[in-house]
Order: sequence, then structure tokens, then C-alpha cells
Amino acid sequence: MSKYLLNKFLYTVDRDPELVERYRDDPAGTVAHWEAEYAGRLLNCVAGEATTWLALDDTERAALVAHDYPALFALGAHPFLTLTLFIAMFERDHAEPLGFQLEYARRLAHVTLPYPDIAT
Amino acid sequence: MAELVAVIASTHHPFYYRASTATGADRPPFADEWVRKIEAFRATLTRARPDVLVMVGSDHFHQLWLDNMPQFLVGKAPFYDANFSNEEREFGLPKMLLKGHEELSAHVLREGLDAGFDLAFSNELRIDHSITCPIITLRPQADLPIVPVYTNIFAPPLPQPKRFVQLGGMIRQVVESWPSDQRVAVIGTGHLSLELGGPRQFGPHGPDPEFDRKAVGWIAGGDIEECLAEVSLDSLHLPGNATHGFMDFMLMMGVAGQGRRADYVDTLDLFHTMEAYFTWYPNGAPE
Repeated sequence: MSKYLLNKFLYTVDRDPELVERYRDDPAGTVAHWEAEYAGRLLNCVAGEATTWLALDDTERAALVAHDYPALFALGAHPFLTLTLFIAMFERDHAEPLGFQLEYARRLAHVTLPYPDIAT
Repeated sequence: MAELVAVIASTHHPFYYRASTATGADRPPFADEWVRKIEAFRATLTRARPDVLVMVGSDHFHQLWLDNMPQFLVGKAPFYDANFSNEEREFGLPKMLLKGHEELSAHVLREGLDAGFDLAFSNELRIDHSITCPIITLRPQADLPIVPVYTNIFAPPLPQPKRFVQLGGMIRQVVESWPSDQRVAVIGTGHLSLELGGPRQFGPHGPDPEFDRKAVGWIAGGDIEECLAEVSLDSLHLPGNATHGFMDFMLMMGVAGQGRRADYVDTLDLFHTMEAYFTWYPNGAPE
């Protein structure tokens, strides 16, 4: 289990407009591609210095592939990262201002305090 | 010595820029009142005639990331590019370029380190909306050099609330010991109760109006001790999952000083979060 790697997925996809579109259109393919090409990239180092041990577990991978943001919340992914990326992908599908953000809140309405720990 | 001419604490609402510049059918109904309040708040800084701005904010996972996360960081660069592509995408914020003030940055770092704060630094920092929002609201001409100070209110483990207050006190001390004739304003932004990416987000008010009412009272009254007695890293989860940003307000209370009432207080109850604006004049209100 790696909350850190889940966050790294959300963070690195969000900052790359091409990956955002790819993840919206083909989540399974994008997650597989990301795990192969991006997961081990140490962001401030050259490619040869890649991290060798980071891996998503099956639950984490399934949540990403399903675009399942309530599951990501339950897994302790950082809520700001999840929200920002999912707004980038799905706000456009809602006609009303903040329509997606309000749907997002509704889909998490079952959650009670304390929320899942987001410490990495 | 330099003079601390104003201490300003504010929320940083990334929607202000778009709301205030929208016209016609795109202009939200709350925009005019919001602009009026911001212009009145802006006048409190203008009146103090600052030469340089120390800007306290918090990177929202833009440049600073979990592989290398500083708790407190001071920018030391001649310029700062500002705003990131996802802030342009989500909030319509423009790309900006702000001047830095390397001499004051160096002074804050040296004196801060010697005062017991092991500050990180950056010579190439791109700043985000936690600092550009108050530039847009308080100094839209963006003509003054800045010293950015970033705090971690975002990626646990976080420093304790009292540490934010102490950092504020240290910033005040080093500004007032800076051998310079410059007029310095310290501006910091944070949040009252706030939820992002959770079930209480984007409601008709902030997620916890009762916390907001108390928090505004603490800040306005300079009630640092009362605030520290009630606020902990654990308690800040209760009013909303992004409420740890309130610790940047506590930092600004530390700059202003225990028991020091704000000279200017205003709030605006918006959807999503309560806006709050405070100004202190440490040496008396300017003419």
C-alpha cells in the first residue's frame, strides 16, 4: 500500500495537460502506462536515478482505473489532489457552476469524522 | 532600522480574480459587494505606503512535493514567476512575474536561523495563489518587491500551531532589526473553516460558521493565548479538512502580537468559505 504513490499519480497527471486528457479518456491504459513510465521517476533527478521499489496495490490501482474518487478518499489519498484533478477532467460535463463539485460532495455524503488519515 | 508599517491577514479566495473581472451574465451576484470590500481593504495597505512586502502563504502541491517537503521556507531570488497552469485552468488566474528583495530575504534567513528556526530556502521559486491572490486584491499593480515565506499547512506531519505563532513573532523581530530605511508590510493568507475534496465542500457557507465566528474574534482581538488553548492539530480537522490553513492566520497574529487588536476588520459570508480581512498598524494608523 502506498498513499504516497497514489498521491504521486494524482500530482503528476494533474500537472500534465496531455496526461489529464489521456486519463479521462482511457483510465486503465493511462494507469498502466503511468506505472510503467512514471511511477519510479524521482522528480528532481535524471531518469537513471529512478526509484526501484514503489508500487500500487490492487485496491489502489482499481480505484484509479474506476475514476472512483470516493474510494480514493477512503484510501487516504490527499483530498486536494484528488479534487483538483477530477475537476480538471469532469467539471466540463456539468452545465451549472460548481455542478461537479456539488456532486462530488454528495457522493462523499456518507463519510463521517474522523476522515481517513492522509499522512504519507 | 526598517519600519513595520502594516500587518495584514486575509483569506485567499482563488475565485476573486474571475468574479471581479467578469462582466454581463458571467458576473456573479456577489461580485460587486466583494469588490467594494476588497477595495476598502486594499486602501489599508496603500495608506501605509510600503516599500517591500513579506508575503506568507502555503504552496498547494505546486512546486513543493512529498519527496522533499519543507515545513517553513523563505524565497531568496531576484524574481518570482507566479501561478501554475492548473490555477490558470481552474481559477482563470494570470501568469505573473514579481520582483524579489534578496537583501531582506538574506536577512530573514540569517536572523531566522540564528533565532532557532531552521528555515529552508529556494533560489528558484514559482509562487502560487496563496501569495498571488493577496497581490491581486491588495496591490494589483504588483510593483513592490516581495519576500515569500511558505509554511506547510497541507502535508502532514505539520508543525504545531504554536510554532506558527512563534514564526510570526520571529518575522516581526527580524523585520524590525533590518538595518534599512525601508517601510515593510507583512501580509499573510490562510483560511477559516474550509473543506476541499470532502462531503462538506462548496456549501452555502463555510463548513463551520461557529468556528469562523470564534476565529474572527480571536484574530480581531489578538487573542493568541485563547486561540492556542482551543486549537490543536487534531481539533483543526473538525471544522473542515482544509482548516489547518488557519495556522497561517495564527502566524499573522504572532506578527501583530499578543493582545494587539486589529485596526481594521471585515468579513464576507460567501458560499464555500467565509472571507476575512484584518489590518494592524504596529506604530499607529498612518496619516
